[in-house]
Amino acid sequence: MTPIVKVVVRLVGGFIFLYGCYIVLYGHLSPGGGFAGGAIIAAGLILSRLAFGTTAKQEKSASISSSIFESTGGLLFLLVGLLGLFVGGYFFINLFPSFGTQGRLVSAGSIPFSNIAIGIKVAAAILSIFLVLASTKYIFKE
Amino acid sequence: MLDLIVLLIFMIAAGIVAVEIKDLLASVIALGAVGFAVAIGFIMLAAPDLAIVQIVIEVLSVVFFVAVILKTTHVDSAAGRPYKPADIFTFVVFGVFALAFVYFGIRLFAGLAPMSRELGQVASHYLTQGLAETGAVNRVTSVVLDYRALDTLGETTVLFTAVIGVLAVLRLEGRRK
Amino acid sequence: MIILVASLILFLVGLYAIITKRNMIKIAVGFSLMEYSVNFLFAIVGFRPGAVPPILQAVEVGKVYSDPLPQALVLTAIVIGLGVTAFMLSLILRIYNRIGSFDLEEIQRLKG
Repeated sequence: MTPIVKVVVRLVGGFIFLYGCYIVLYGHLSPGGGFAGGAIIAAGLILSRLAFGTTAKQEKSASISSSIFESTGGLLFLLVGLLGLFVGGYFFINLFPSFGTQGRLVSAGSIPFSNIAIGIKVAAAILSIFLVLASTKYIFKE
Repeated sequence: MLDLIVLLIFMIAAGIVAVEIKDLLASVIALGAVGFAVAIGFIMLAAPDLAIVQIVIEVLSVVFFVAVILKTTHVDSAAGRPYKPADIFTFVVFGVFALAFVYFGIRLFAGLAPMSRELGQVASHYLTQGLAETGAVNRVTSVVLDYRALDTLGETTVLFTAVIGVLAVLRLEGRRK
Repeated sequence: MIILVASLILFLVGLYAIITKRNMIKIAVGFSLMEYSVNFLFAIVGFRPGAVPPILQAVEVGKVYSDPLPQALVLTAIVIGLGVTAFMLSLILRIYNRIGSFDLEEIQRLKG
C-alpha cells in the first residue's frame, strides 16, 4: 500500500480498536454489544493487515492465536452459563442482576461478562475466516 | 413511511443491478449498496443495535467477496449465453411461483396484526420489567444475553461451525501440496 | 403493508438469482440478498409508527417503543449470515481451484 494509507491506518487503527472495546463493554447501556464490538475489533485488525501486509510466518502465528482466542471466547461464554447453573440453579441465570447502580458500567450482573466473551469469540472468528480466505498461500491464477 | 418506501425501491433496484450486471466486481459492489441501505433502514426502524452490526458486517462481507474475486476472475463467462428451452421453462416456473408467493404474502400480512401502537404481551413485559429483572438498560441486550441466552449460545455454536467449515475446506488443499 | 410486500420482492430478486443464474458468485450474491430481505422484514414487524429504540431507564407513558424481541433475533442472524457467506465463498474457491471456472454448466460438462 502507499505511504498515505499506512500513515492513516497507523493514526486510526488504535482508535478503531478502542471503539470496539467501548462498544463491547457498554453493550448493556447503549446500542452495541458483543456481536457489534467484536466485528468492529476484527475490522480494525483486518484493516491493519490489509494496509501493512504480512509474511507467511506472521500469518501462521496469527491464525494459531486467533483459533486459541476463538475457543477461549466460546468456553468463557459457556462458563458464564454453567456458573448460572451451579450457583443460581438455572442454566444462564443472571447472577446478581441488581449489583451496582442501574445505568452505570458496573451493573447488570453477568451480562457484561457474556458480552466480553462473545466479543472475543466473534472478533477471532471473523479474523480467522479472513486469514484463510485472503492468505497468500491460496492464490489461483490461470 | 414514504422514506422507507423510497429506500426499499433503491434496495430492489440495487439488487437487480447486482444480479444482472456482467462484471462480478460491480455485482459485489452493488450488493454492498443494498447492505448499506439495509443499515440505514434499521436506523429508520428504531433499531440502532442492528444498524451498527449490519454496517460493520457489510464492510467485511464485501471485503471477503472482493478477496475471492481478486484471486480468481471477475469476468462472468456464463453471461450472454443464449437461452435453451429448458431455461425458458425455468423462467416460467419462477414467474408462477413469484406470483403465488406475493399473493400468499399479501394474504398473510393482511391476517397479521396491523402496525398498531400496542406491543404484544411478551414485548411489554420485556420493556417494563427488563431493567428490574436483568439490570440492563438496553432491552435488546437483556433479551439476547439473559432471557434468550441459550439461543445465543446456539448461534455462537453455528458461527464456530461455519469457521471450522471454512478452515477445513481451504486447509485440505494446502496440506496436500 | 406496502413495505412488507416490497421486502418480499427483494427476497424474490435473490431467489431469481439463485434459480436462473449459472455463475456461482451470482448465486452467493442472491443468497445474501435473501438474507438481507428477511432481516429487514423482521425489523419491520417489530416497528411501530413513531417508535423510539428500546433503550430506556423507565417506560414513559405516551412514548412508543419498538419491539426488542425481533431485533434480538436478527442481531445474531446477521453475524451468522457472514459466517454462512464465508463458508459458501470457501466452497466456491475450492471448486474454482479444481475446475478453473465459476460456470455451473461447465462444471457439469467436465464432471460428465
